[in-house]
Amino acid sequence: MMGICFLIVGLLFTTITKLVTTGIGIWGNNQPVAWAFDIVNFVWWIGIGHAGTLISAILFLFRQEWRTSINRFAEAMTIFAVMCAGLYPLLHLGRPWLFYWLFPYPNVMQTWPQFRSPLMWDVFAVSTYFTISVLFWYTGLLPDLASLRDRAKSRIAQVITGVAALGWRGSARHWQRYDIIYLLLAGLSTPLVLSVHSIVSLDFAVAQLPGWHTTIFPPYFVAGAVYSGFAMVLTFMIPVRAFFGFKDFVTQRHLDAMSKVMLATGLIVLYGYAMEAFVGLVYSGNPNEYFQMHNRMFGPYGWSYWMLITCNGIIPQLLWLKRVRLNPVLLWFITIVINIGMWLERFVIIVISLHRDFVPSSWGMYFPTKWDFGMFIGTMGFFGFMMCLFIRFIPMFAGFELRELLHKKKSHSH
Amino acid sequence: MRPTNAFAQASILQLYDPDRSQTHLKNGRLASWEDFGPEVKQELEKLLLARGAGFHILTETVTSPTLAAQIKALLEANPSAKWHQYSPVNQDNALAGAQLAFGQAVTPRYFFDKAQIVVSLDADFLGRGPGHIRYARDFMARHTPDMARKMSRLYAVESTPNLTGAQADHKLSVRASRVEHIARALARGLGINAALGDTAGHDEWIAAVVRDLKQNRGNCIVVAGENQPPVVHALAYAMNDALDSYGKTVNLIASPEANPIQQAASIKELAKAMNSGSVQVLLMIGGNPVYNAPADCEFEKGLAKVKFAAHHSLYVNETTKLCQWHVSATHYLEEWGDARAFDGTASIIQPLIEPLYGSRSAYEFLSAVAGRSSRKGLEIVQEQWKKADDDAAALEWRRWLHDGIIPGTESQLKNVVPKIGFASEPPPVLGAEMEIMFQPDPLIWDGCFANNAWLQEVPRPLTKLVWDNVILVSAETAAHRRWSQGSVISVKVGDRSIEGPVFVQPGHPNNCATVYLGGGRTVAGRTGDGVGFNAYPIRTTDNPWFATGVANATGDQAGLVTTQEHHSLDGRHIYRTATLAEFESDPKWVEKFDEFGGTPISIYPGHDYSKGNQWGMVINLNACIGCNACVVACQAENNIPVVGKDQVRRGREMHWIRVDRYFTGGDPANPDAIALQPVTCMHCENAPCESVCPVGATSHSADGINQMVYNRCVGTRYCSNNCPYKVRRFNFYKFADHTTPSLKLQRNPDVTVRSRGVMEKCTYCVQRISAARISAQKQNRLVDVKRDQLQTACQQACPTRAITFGDINNPEDDVAKLRAHPLSYGMLVELNTRPRTTYLARVRNPNPELESAAAVSAKGEHA
Amino acid sequence: MSHSSPQSNVYALVAEYPTPEALLTAAEKVRDAGYKRVDALTPFPVHGIVEALGLPKSRMAALVFCAALFGAIGGFYLQVWLTTQQYPLTISGRPYFSWPNYIPVTFECMVLAAGLTAFFGMLIRNRLPRPYHPLFATRGIEASTTGKFMIVVESTDPKFDEKGTESFLRSTGAESVNAAPFDDFGRDQAADGAAK
Repeated sequence: MMGICFLIVGLLFTTITKLVTTGIGIWGNNQPVAWAFDIVNFVWWIGIGHAGTLISAILFLFRQEWRTSINRFAEAMTIFAVMCAGLYPLLHLGRPWLFYWLFPYPNVMQTWPQFRSPLMWDVFAVSTYFTISVLFWYTGLLPDLASLRDRAKSRIAQVITGVAALGWRGSARHWQRYDIIYLLLAGLSTPLVLSVHSIVSLDFAVAQLPGWHTTIFPPYFVAGAVYSGFAMVLTFMIPVRAFFGFKDFVTQRHLDAMSKVMLATGLIVLYGYAMEAFVGLVYSGNPNEYFQMHNRMFGPYGWSYWMLITCNGIIPQLLWLKRVRLNPVLLWFITIVINIGMWLERFVIIVISLHRDFVPSSWGMYFPTKWDFGMFIGTMGFFGFMMCLFIRFIPMFAGFELRELLHKKKSHSH
Repeated sequence: MRPTNAFAQASILQLYDPDRSQTHLKNGRLASWEDFGPEVKQELEKLLLARGAGFHILTETVTSPTLAAQIKALLEANPSAKWHQYSPVNQDNALAGAQLAFGQAVTPRYFFDKAQIVVSLDADFLGRGPGHIRYARDFMARHTPDMARKMSRLYAVESTPNLTGAQADHKLSVRASRVEHIARALARGLGINAALGDTAGHDEWIAAVVRDLKQNRGNCIVVAGENQPPVVHALAYAMNDALDSYGKTVNLIASPEANPIQQAASIKELAKAMNSGSVQVLLMIGGNPVYNAPADCEFEKGLAKVKFAAHHSLYVNETTKLCQWHVSATHYLEEWGDARAFDGTASIIQPLIEPLYGSRSAYEFLSAVAGRSSRKGLEIVQEQWKKADDDAAALEWRRWLHDGIIPGTESQLKNVVPKIGFASEPPPVLGAEMEIMFQPDPLIWDGCFANNAWLQEVPRPLTKLVWDNVILVSAETAAHRRWSQGSVISVKVGDRSIEGPVFVQPGHPNNCATVYLGGGRTVAGRTGDGVGFNAYPIRTTDNPWFATGVANATGDQAGLVTTQEHHSLDGRHIYRTATLAEFESDPKWVEKFDEFGGTPISIYPGHDYSKGNQWGMVINLNACIGCNACVVACQAENNIPVVGKDQVRRGREMHWIRVDRYFTGGDPANPDAIALQPVTCMHCENAPCESVCPVGATSHSADGINQMVYNRCVGTRYCSNNCPYKVRRFNFYKFADHTTPSLKLQRNPDVTVRSRGVMEKCTYCVQRISAARISAQKQNRLVDVKRDQLQTACQQACPTRAITFGDINNPEDDVAKLRAHPLSYGMLVELNTRPRTTYLARVRNPNPELESAAAVSAKGEHA
Repeated sequence: MSHSSPQSNVYALVAEYPTPEALLTAAEKVRDAGYKRVDALTPFPVHGIVEALGLPKSRMAALVFCAALFGAIGGFYLQVWLTTQQYPLTISGRPYFSWPNYIPVTFECMVLAAGLTAFFGMLIRNRLPRPYHPLFATRGIEASTTGKFMIVVESTDPKFDEKGTESFLRSTGAESVNAAPFDDFGRDQAADGAAK
């Protein structure tokens, strides 16, 4: 598994090398479709990266104790997904070696970045999100690293875990501060996680392109992000659970709860689609909006819209059935469908809106090239590779939290 | 005021084309100019006894008085020598028509600005032919709603859709052979003795046109196309006479050509002589007859039999390869010379730079043939024109150079009366076979511009095709024959056949196919080799313009590339058009499409642009003929790269100004009208592109220009996504050629050559604005476009003054006046972009009598 | 600014308890006995231990709040300064001070400043990273992160007396009491820590 992923990482590096040396012309992007797979994949990955922090932060704040056995896993997924996502805005630049011009510092001409641009907001949102996610994850990991250190047998393991644990020893003074900042980080992450996809959605909503220019985007993007994030957690969790025999940690109750979250967010997303269609076709009375919605449904890329509705709107309705929620195989199949559906959603929004906008003379078609797929598959390989490393080397479950939970359970039963 | 066409603009690239011939060659090896003169002399001396028999000169159409004089001198020295002329696109039919009508080879000179009614018999007088630039300006100046003059009306009988037909108020689409039948009916209606043919049921149309012509007697022009047979020209001459046009809207003048002959016959005669082995010495000045001579001449075979053939040419081409000698020719921008315009006025051609290579002009070439190889072009031309060697003559010479013309040289008026009875025989009966019509490619022309990448990549005006010549057919014909876009068909005329891809062209007549010439070059250069297909193998001296033939699918498919994939306005009001009657009854008509008015309200107070120069542009849709001169001028001025067919296919063409083409009306296969709309950057005051750039690479200048800072651009392409007009262009690769030395010389030094990964777009030629501002600021004043002669490149090149650029803050400025014109509107102003580039809506002038029969204006578009 | 007894070779005594409940009971006894320089080592946070041991309350929350405020104001002001003073550009015809556009970055700056302060504030206040600590030399100390609960009484405590304290700790129900020995390095570290 890891070997296959490693090979795909090789594909990613080949693509990136080709991309940087020749230009983004190797992709299918053009005028008018100046954004395509690059930003579709960016939004898709960043959406997937929402589950981890959401599970860790929001469920923590709501004291949903069932989160404990999946949060570490989900957080790691968040970090790797955000890493994959981050590659795209960086490499989609015409001159990727100048990516640092997007950082807030003055150049030699004393110009700074342009803060009215949603892309600038993206830079802040994604980098903040990545930073906070890493800190949150590492904070959670710290006591477990100490525990690993204390149980390590080999010298090398002792040194590595010793360094990583930063000298954590479980002091009551430390725990006190730790508890507060963990709560604070969770508190910060909650609006952050909502803000990130809201800001990503502003990349589109702020533009005046029909199909992008809509106020419904922030909530609908956030719901979609949670939807795809939970789906991706399950996509990985279900096989891992079966393979490593983690059924005691990840119980049926977990699958059930996560399915319910997917069902709820999926319904929000479906409501978003319905509103888009209603506004475009009926309510706006704007010929450009009408055309764009009509083109989305019945234009040359209409297949992707109906596939999206099927994948994201119709098939997940099976989750209403408890039997389905508790059947890991069926559930896994549905999560795959949702992953595909969420990718299609971004494709529909980005490519279909761009390919036919205001001036009919400039309409065009977009066809991805092998390099578009190379990049996409490459990041999936990278994601898989990192997940393999994580499963192999890092405590997959939050040990101290489980212990705490176990203890609580015991004392309650007394 | 320097109006031009796309060819003239693209000749800059031709001058610096790295594939241009740079050396003289003898038998394919490097040769010296000094050896050429003596060798020709030696060859010609062998023919002395025969008084020069066996000595032939082949030129293209010659309008240069000096060159003609040189050739005549050679012919005098060698009385039995022959001078042949051949250009694949020539005036044979017009001259033969004049011969038929008047008994002598007179040439018409039209005054379209004086004509109320113009009838075109398959004539593309706006797009090609002698004087088309002047004619376009004259015609479009009158074909526009104007309080002072009545707007003119154009009826076009058209075979292959062309620029003139696109401007027509009423168009009749028929195959080329049918035009004669229509012309006869029109002539008959005007009282001319002409036997009738088959008008295919268009009698009502013809009757209406005749009535309109009769009502405007003395204010009409009937003009025949150069692809129409002589009798159509003769009928047009006769109709102009019947309508009392001569002396009013048309003058008959002596041809400006030095030696107006039937060129097809001329080359046939030469080929015959060559094939019989009687040609000893053949000197060719320009041209490429091996490629483009009529197929029945078998020119290539004959050339092999010529013992001494020398080709003076700009490129080593198909013909050069088969000649013993090649003399590298100077480009017209490198040489002294002269030429006559369409009305006969002579001009001295001045070089702009020293020759880049050791090339020689045609004058020097002929001088060497005459035994004086050391003479310079300037000397030769001066010898032709300067009357004396004194100060007065020197001053006069300078004046000619300064004025650009030599006064008093226009062709003399001919006072002739048309004969009668030349059309009393009925025309040939039209069969059911498919008709094959030949047309020069709108941009590659007869193939001579094949190596010009700018022209290859300019979208053809009505097809929007690039990098190909094609076979046009109508949608109905294509459906009937089960051809689709790009189907490769074989076209057989007689026993000769070619293969080429089909392009389905709306508005094309049925049961006929237009074969564009100019493709399939094999020795054109790196750019032109193998682009398109060669159509000359089926073009013969008997049927140079149309023939009956057989066409069948070969089963292959060619990848054709266009820059526009959607051809309807889909009810959008970005292009606005009305009939003259509608406009006159509601002068505010154009405003009713702006839901929120011209400048919608905004939550932001808006930026203050009330001070200083504020640049703006107005594009007059009543004037644009879609000729693409602006596109190439912009490319030359702004160092815009070409990207090649594959990149255009991917939608990555780089032109900063494009001419959008829409077909209007209910039936996409047979559009009512063609809408042509040049689109540049609108320089919106509330530019949507600016706010989305994360690095501030695009922002507004104080004088209202949407600026692009190339070296700050990181290439997010968000600006392009947010541009509703889609005028931004992105360097997906390193498109610009940074290494070829001659192309470094070609570039405009005031404009950055963009590299990979940056966005670019129209700048309103900011380098010119800066130059004007600097000189104005030295005098402590604002720029005045008239005083500072500030024009954008597109404006400067436009033959019809469709583009006006200037200061919208200066009420005296043309732009400010045009923005207040009742027809002025902005594209997509409902988005509150407040564009600085605005449009004047198109007004058409249909005949009310025909209007009810067929909806000509795009009524359905603005219901 | 008390000073450790230089003669003693013991940094602290570590008492081990089997359950958090036992720990809490013992902790209260230790506190009531008047020990000040005490601590607990637990594999997971045990609620009530801070009060039970009489440790001071953390001020992390206030610190993070200040950082958040600083981030928000700083982020907003940076944008205002850049677009109105430092290099005003005419962008899309908008005013130089177009505050609605600044909200997202302001928010992100707030979260980033707060998050970084929380994490690094916690580390700094906890004096981490600290790869070596005298307690690590204690026998059986590894269990503190894996399942055992411990109370630490430092030798710098005024009431500390190696023998007496050990027997006192045993009386609180400790399973075992181990001494954390000093070495020179550890002594310096402890002295350094105490000095702060």
